[in-house]
Amino acid sequence: MPTVDSRLADLDRARWRMALTLTGATVLLYFGFIALVAFGRPILAVQLMPGLSLGILLGALVIVASWMLTWIYVRWANTVYDPQVQALMEPGR
Amino acid sequence: MTQTAAETAIGHPNAVAMAFFFVFISITLAITFWAAKRTRTTEHFYAAGRTISAGQNGFALAGDYMSAASFLGIAGLVSTTGFDGLIYSTGWLVGWPVVLFLIAEPLRNLGRYTFADVVAMRMRQTPVRIAAALGTLATVTLYLIAQMVGAGGLIRLMFGFSYEHAIILVGIVMIGYVLFGGMIATTWVQIVKAVLLMSGALLLALLVLLRFHMSPAALFAAAAERYGDGVLAPGKLVSNPLDAVSLGIALMFGTAGLPHILMRFYTVPDARAARTSVFIATGLIGLFYLLTFILGFGAMVLIGPETITAVDKGGNMAAPLLAELLGGTPFLGFIAAVAFATILAVVAGLTLSGAAALSHDLWVSVVRKGRADAREQLRVARLATLALGIVAVGLGITFKGQNVAFMVSLAFAIAASANFPALVLAIFWRRYTTAGAVTSMATGTLGTLALIYLSPTIQVDILGEGSAWFPLKNPALVTLPLSFIAGILVSFLAPEPEASAGFTRLERQTHLGTVAE
Repeated sequence: MPTVDSRLADLDRARWRMALTLTGATVLLYFGFIALVAFGRPILAVQLMPGLSLGILLGALVIVASWMLTWIYVRWANTVYDPQVQALMEPGR
Repeated sequence: MTQTAAETAIGHPNAVAMAFFFVFISITLAITFWAAKRTRTTEHFYAAGRTISAGQNGFALAGDYMSAASFLGIAGLVSTTGFDGLIYSTGWLVGWPVVLFLIAEPLRNLGRYTFADVVAMRMRQTPVRIAAALGTLATVTLYLIAQMVGAGGLIRLMFGFSYEHAIILVGIVMIGYVLFGGMIATTWVQIVKAVLLMSGALLLALLVLLRFHMSPAALFAAAAERYGDGVLAPGKLVSNPLDAVSLGIALMFGTAGLPHILMRFYTVPDARAARTSVFIATGLIGLFYLLTFILGFGAMVLIGPETITAVDKGGNMAAPLLAELLGGTPFLGFIAAVAFATILAVVAGLTLSGAAALSHDLWVSVVRKGRADAREQLRVARLATLALGIVAVGLGITFKGQNVAFMVSLAFAIAASANFPALVLAIFWRRYTTAGAVTSMATGTLGTLALIYLSPTIQVDILGEGSAWFPLKNPALVTLPLSFIAGILVSFLAPEPEASAGFTRLERQTHLGTVAE
């Protein structure tokens, strides 16, 4: 039977993993976009429909995707992390 | 459809702008009066008594963060360069997920008023507090200079006041909010500003899109038709990819190290509210930067880059000119008042966080070793506010006419290289030590200042030298890793068992914070 402390430590590691994975995703997303800006000018200049270049679309998507990532984290923390920590901490109070 | 520079009412006293301006000042001063009666302890003064809801804090974070530079500057940049300006729109947003994932909740669970509370928690107080306060003051001062100088120029253009009068006016109103109403007044000024800014930008974007059958693509196509397909793709602004990456690092991790933003997480009741407030703020700020796409290209097509730069070299008047064209003088007046509110909300937040570093970190923790009573703490906090406000006005006047745009990215670079690494290591790394934290923060602050001095920004653009020793305009690419390495190396070389032992207590407190207080 794992102790409360070791289960809390497991939860901490899970939060760490989640935070780092999502940070990594944000970094990849943004610096991927910057790399395209720096080296992929012809690709970004492609117009998907008149006026809507891939560059503008991807720029907007970076913003929207960043927000989606925060939503994923908030949902995970509210439905997984918080209830489990509370369940472990409550009996001890 | 386009107008010429001579026809605009910008630069002339505008009755509607004045009216909106006085309404805004009256409302915010009424809020300050109400808040002043509720500001009795340092907990109220710095943290609004921890009574701000997640939704309110989301708006206040957005109001604290979106500066006039991002509203007027980015719209102007897009209107004159097209796609290149949009690189900034994305860059200013991507720091927010990092704030949420790594910083917001531990900060709320572990600290009281400043981010130094968290870094110093298990360390020896004096050296860490001094280093963190210096990092905070460097960030805040640079940011304040940029805001004040921008404010002076902007208000002169919009209301016809002299530069000095504009700065003094901003200084007096801002000191009034913070000195009497503390964080409660500052929060509500930021909320009012965020609502005004969002509605102004939404309305303006809507009026632009009405001319293009509600289709953003039709707007972009019209821009490409008039100024070439090049405006829809990366141009010459990003000539050096390493520069773009370095600026990106400063924006992304600097947001997570801005003292006035971090301080806002102490105003909510618990970590869950802190978390939700970042989600809301990210949505608001993201929506706002998406609107800059429409506003920028709208100004490019409907006003034209030539007219925009004729009114103001920097392009800052693109959004106001657009407002005047689409909604006449009344709408111009509204947007001018919004820009003014924007500046006030940001400088109030900055001043409050600087005052907290001076009074809470330096006076109470270092000079008085934590033995100051509640009355003294509040008195010192107010004195620090007054002093910092006067310094801000003085700096604003001193730097009149100087090129200070780089100071914002410099402030972000210091926040990213001094404050962010120290916070992350303190929160997540058991073996972090006092010496490691101090070395890391000193390396970040001093390294950034030194490399900025040696960079083309100072050497070529300001001092007029032919070349610069350090090739990048923004040093974060070098200084952020350097600060992490310095902190880790020093911690390994000289372990501090007491600090490591304190980590368990810190973990415990994080968990307790998750259970309602």
